Amino acid sequence: MATKAIVGEKVGMTQIWDDAQRVVPVTVVKIAPVRVVAVKTPEAAGYSALQVTYGQRRASLINKPESGVFAHAGVEPGKRLVELRLEDTSGYEVGQELDAGILTAGDKVDVTAISKGKGFAGGMKRHNFKGQGGSHGNHKKHRAPGSIGGCATPARVFKGTRMAGRMGASRVTTLNLEVVAADPERELILVKGAVPGPRGGMVLIRDAVKAGRR
Amino acid sequence: MNPTDLVDRANLRDDVPEFSPGDTVKVHVRVVEGNRERIQVFQGAVIRRQGAGVRETFTVRKVSFGVGVERTFPVHSPLYSKIERVTEGDVRRAKLYYLRDRIGKAAKIKEKRITR
Repeated sequence: MATKAIVGEKVGMTQIWDDAQRVVPVTVVKIAPVRVVAVKTPEAAGYSALQVTYGQRRASLINKPESGVFAHAGVEPGKRLVELRLEDTSGYEVGQELDAGILTAGDKVDVTAISKGKGFAGGMKRHNFKGQGGSHGNHKKHRAPGSIGGCATPARVFKGTRMAGRMGASRVTTLNLEVVAADPERELILVKGAVPGPRGGMVLIRDAVKAGRR
Repeated sequence: MNPTDLVDRANLRDDVPEFSPGDTVKVHVRVVEGNRERIQVFQGAVIRRQGAGVRETFTVRKVSFGVGVERTFPVHSPLYSKIERVTEGDVRRAKLYYLRDRIGKAAKIKEKRITR
């Protein structure tokens, strides 16, 4: 499990130059200071995690159960309540602030976010089906999936057969992205490569699970 | 303003001269050979400028030993030390791809006459 984690907001993508003057595509993630609202321990909660919040929210938009959580912790209410599952939460306390400084350039991280919704998508877009020919007499079946099973046997379509349907808007994790720069002063992190979700969407950054031994 | 401008500002070069398609430019390219670095000049006509911000690129075309050579550089790349504008061209379009089909005198770009 992750040893450090933080939440931020995707700003967008751009490019920077590395030492060898090559272009590096980067995603900019804004990491506003994160406030710890609760520390969950295996003894008390059954698992270890940090409950955190970030940013500001108008008092009129906070419902009573949530305002109780913030009041109990004595922490200023933020945009969302997010739980960061960590291996060990012993070093953290309620009210503590975390910023982009917990990550340094060169770290490998996993980034989790809700991907962009694609709506009702066909098999080609959703499952990378090949589709059918553009010519040779094909008629109105260019992007159709083809056969979805037998005839009299089994006389039904197997469960889980890949077909068209709702795509996207699901929780997606991109593994092993490199942190190119972490700037706590400007509250920014640059991650090499693409990150799921729309601009302005919330992203969860944790140190990589599958980074291998170092 | 783009949301990523905050990051981009540090990566923009402020020593890029004004030049546009049709101009002849000298691009002083840094070439690294082992641990030695030298400057190689690539001179030719700018046939396109494309994109905006840090992602903007331009393409220079020259004919070398009868073979057309085109190189595309990011405008804000640290790869070149400087750009010199040699001549200003008088052209009517932004993308000069028609030069690829022409050779010799037909591929010449008229020079802009500055009237005062």
